[in-house]
Amino acid sequence: MERIYLDYNATTPVRPEVRDAVLPFLNKLFGNPSSRHLEGRQVKTKIEAARAQVAAAIGADPERIVFNAGATEGNVTVLRGYQVNYKEKKGRNHIIVSGVEHPAVYDTAKKMAGEGYEVSFVPVDGEGNLDMAFLKNAIKETTGLISVMTVNNETGVIYPVKEIAKIAHEKGILFHTDAVQAIGKMPFSVKDIDADFVTLSAHKVYAPKGVGALYIKKGKRLDPLLTGGHQENNRRAGTENVVGMVAMGRALELASGEMAADRERIGKIRDAFEARILAEVPHTRRNGGADNRLYTTSNISFRFVEGEAIQLKLDYHGIAVSTGSACSSGTLDPSHVIMAICNGDEEEAHSSIRFSFGKYSKMEEVGYVVDRVKEVVAQLRSFSPLYDKFMNSKPK
Amino acid sequence: MNYTEKVMDHFMNPRNVGKIEDANAIAEVGNPSCGDVIKMYLKINGEMIEDIKFQTFGCGAAIAVSSQTTEMVKGKSLKEALDITRDQVADELGGLPAVKMHCSNLAADALHQAVKTYMKEHGIA
Repeated sequence: MERIYLDYNATTPVRPEVRDAVLPFLNKLFGNPSSRHLEGRQVKTKIEAARAQVAAAIGADPERIVFNAGATEGNVTVLRGYQVNYKEKKGRNHIIVSGVEHPAVYDTAKKMAGEGYEVSFVPVDGEGNLDMAFLKNAIKETTGLISVMTVNNETGVIYPVKEIAKIAHEKGILFHTDAVQAIGKMPFSVKDIDADFVTLSAHKVYAPKGVGALYIKKGKRLDPLLTGGHQENNRRAGTENVVGMVAMGRALELASGEMAADRERIGKIRDAFEARILAEVPHTRRNGGADNRLYTTSNISFRFVEGEAIQLKLDYHGIAVSTGSACSSGTLDPSHVIMAICNGDEEEAHSSIRFSFGKYSKMEEVGYVVDRVKEVVAQLRSFSPLYDKFMNSKPK
Repeated sequence: MNYTEKVMDHFMNPRNVGKIEDANAIAEVGNPSCGDVIKMYLKINGEMIEDIKFQTFGCGAAIAVSSQTTEMVKGKSLKEALDITRDQVADELGGLPAVKMHCSNLAADALHQAVKTYMKEHGIA
């Protein structure tokens, strides 16, 4: 049986058009873009074209794009490198980040808190929305950076980044957004948002893993993590990942053109799936508000059963999903994102499953997936001590 | 490390699931906040475990160790049950991923707790 992949927020397959675009660079176009000979010049032209494609996808000028190895590098570069923009430098050591950031921001910020930085984590409510009053009140003289993601990877909740950028700038504070889950899926313009730094990744938009980019606003700088080469205009050393850059450019070019149609088609599939799950599986809860969410993502807690067990059983039935449960992550803590939304209810966090839809999702698959979810959850509940307790505590 | 075939077999087809209505020894270990709760029901006759069933809220490993543990003690004596260790259960399953050894390998604890309580209540040394 063909597998049903519902984990597009984790990664996506490389689409054929992207694969075709990079094949020449695995063949005759092998030159080092820094070389002055024909082999080098040919490739240099192509990576600059890719830079222009990436820039166009977010409404930026090409020279504002710095290619790198992906979103983790992008996020860490911003957090570790923003202070260079301030005259007082180390005096601006307070950063504000949302409590639902990707670990590349969240865990890095936590680590920095142990290294002399001061970090404020902005909480979210039960629908995943940011506590804006908290954010505003957290700002102080020493605040140097506010970092809030555009779309949450686990819930799909969309954050008001334009508003937050404005709040930051009114106080002379830099604003960064990790836009990995938004790019290529919803309209995104750096000029409209007025972000200072934006993190981008390629493998969420049908290009290979290991490549991403940072947008750095004109007049702003970041202390590079990697030094020792003049590449990327001295902003990121290391011989260019030519295949990755070309792939990312092509993928974003295609995504920009297909965004409206994708939104319509994929959104319908997600909505149909979610409506059926919530109606047909008792004791479920959607993590993230219904409306202010990207159309790709449905995050559901199935009470009384543990997420990894659901994930494993669905995998057996040919369905790939992910879970916020600790038990599949290699750590012992459940997802801080789902914990934040579940108001600290760890049982609900352990019970969460993320279904994320994408380009190759089909409406015809919804019925099969819903049926398997119903079956698997019922099986696991049949011997769950928590479910037994709940059923026996109900008034007869 | 992925789950072994035996872990997956016990997870997909767990043995001895459910409750024993006339159980005379019951114990529950774990906590929903850790992601694992294991409840063991035993029917003990004299010093023999006649029947054993479990209910588990937890990951694949937690369900597999519960199932495996019940298989190892059904029809065994109380003393034999107390001798079974977490490590033996994991070994029987062909090993568990390192991160699961502590958080999910709780079935032996539940078994021991049930047996000890029974022994105390019945004056068995």
